[in-house]
Amino acid sequence: MAQLDSIQQNLLAQVADIHEIPEGAFSLRVNGEMFGSRSSENIEIVKKTDKPGIDIYIKPGTKKESLHIPVLLAKTGISELVYNDFHIGADCDVTIVAGCGIHNGGSEKSEHSGIHAFFVGENARVRYIEKHYGEGDGNGQNVMNPTTVVEMEKNSYMEMETAQIKGVDSTDRKTKAKLAGGATLIVHEKIMTHGKQYAKTYFEVDLDGEDCGTHVVSRSVAKDESKQEFISHVNGNNCSNGHTECDAIIMDKATVSAVPEIMANHPEASLVHEAAIGKIAGEQLIKLMTLGLTEKEAEEQIIGGFLK
Amino acid sequence: MLELQHISFEVPAENGGKTEILKDVSFSVSERFVAITGPNGSGKSTVAKIIAGIVRPTSGRVLLDGEDITDLSVTERARKGISFAFQQPVRFKGITVKDLISLAAGTKISVASACAYLSEVGLCAKEYINREVNASLSGGELKRIEIAMINARSTKLSVFDEPEAGIDLWSFNNLIKVFEGMYERTKGSILIISHQERILDIADKIVVIADGKVAQIGSKSEILPTLLAPAGCRYTAKEGN
Repeated sequence: MAQLDSIQQNLLAQVADIHEIPEGAFSLRVNGEMFGSRSSENIEIVKKTDKPGIDIYIKPGTKKESLHIPVLLAKTGISELVYNDFHIGADCDVTIVAGCGIHNGGSEKSEHSGIHAFFVGENARVRYIEKHYGEGDGNGQNVMNPTTVVEMEKNSYMEMETAQIKGVDSTDRKTKAKLAGGATLIVHEKIMTHGKQYAKTYFEVDLDGEDCGTHVVSRSVAKDESKQEFISHVNGNNCSNGHTECDAIIMDKATVSAVPEIMANHPEASLVHEAAIGKIAGEQLIKLMTLGLTEKEAEEQIIGGFLK
Repeated sequence: MLELQHISFEVPAENGGKTEILKDVSFSVSERFVAITGPNGSGKSTVAKIIAGIVRPTSGRVLLDGEDITDLSVTERARKGISFAFQQPVRFKGITVKDLISLAAGTKISVASACAYLSEVGLCAKEYINREVNASLSGGELKRIEIAMINARSTKLSVFDEPEAGIDLWSFNNLIKVFEGMYERTKGSILIISHQERILDIADKIVVIADGKVAQIGSKSEILPTLLAPAGCRYTAKEGN
């Protein structure tokens, strides 16, 4: 397999917290093409033949294994649409680390759109971590439009942690999930936008099975002239629990819109929505300044804690 | 030594005029423990905020060890050795107790050192060290964490605005022990705004502020009897009140 160059290694570190090709099962996509992949005994990675992307089959009962599937774009002007399907067998307990890093040193747009479908088997537990990161010294835009579709079977559990902290000019993220009885979906989203960036996130969760539940929690910071939109629909179609929350810090001339919608279609559905948008409280800044921090350092601590 | 010289503070009044919150307040703090007391609304908290630099006086000067710090920012004063424990501690989403104690200490401290500061204020360190300083903590817990932060800073001047409020489950003796321990460590002055007789009782000097002015100033033996006389009862409270 070819070696990653330093720019690619840095992108990899940013999106997957690793510097080299990881241990265990992985699939690495670089500049629009498959760079390398490795299956493990329990996790099989199969390249799709009809369209770009991979199918991932995780054997039932696979425990404590992880899978890395980072995507790196280090050339300007690449636009790709990739389909990744995850078939997670019953009784699994696995961690999947995805993420996309773009280094755009040119003036053309670089775009990665990933469509991820998760089929989570009965009693399976999945932790899915996804980081999006962009950088570059050119004027080209870094664009990422991820779509995640989740189907959860009985008593399955999935935790999604998504983060987009830096350098993505435009993002339109969609997440749709359907939950069977006893299933739980937890989503923690973190977004920070600056400059003239735009980020839209859309969640739609159908609580179809008895005693299923979800928490969809978004924390975001909007700086400069950036714009953010948060939309979530949690539909209680059975005896179920749903909670959706958007908490945003707004700075400078940024704008944030939050529309957390809950819909009870069953008398035993219990649903809560919350949304709060506001600037950093002056007393928080002052408290940290009385500890010797400058106003800028205090602001960094507050934002860092908020998005931790 | 801290000196307040002829401090006045005015705010715009509703009728277009000005309301005087503080009028020609002068006193110094060089002793071990100095207490400021007085009726509610007399301007005590404003004095503390002027010392910390949060509020700028309309006129008058603030000196620290002879240096005029009136025009210095909150940050600059903190770096020169002024600590300030808020009357109503601030909550933060995502910032943990350990984060705040580390920031207060000015260095990344070990879990063991952070825990020692918490134990000193009567909090079981293991339960609190990784907790977020958010709305899940009670007012009393936040007050103790606030005191632990001041301890971690160990500066030459520590200002406490009503430290006893909300910590009724923890005895005054313990609070006083914390102040004594703080003095042993810093050899600096501790300025405490309080209504509590038990706290005033440890003061080397008491400043009584009423209606924005220094009404009395003197040693504990001079001032306490006048506060405890019937006419002065409104200034102080017995423990538990």
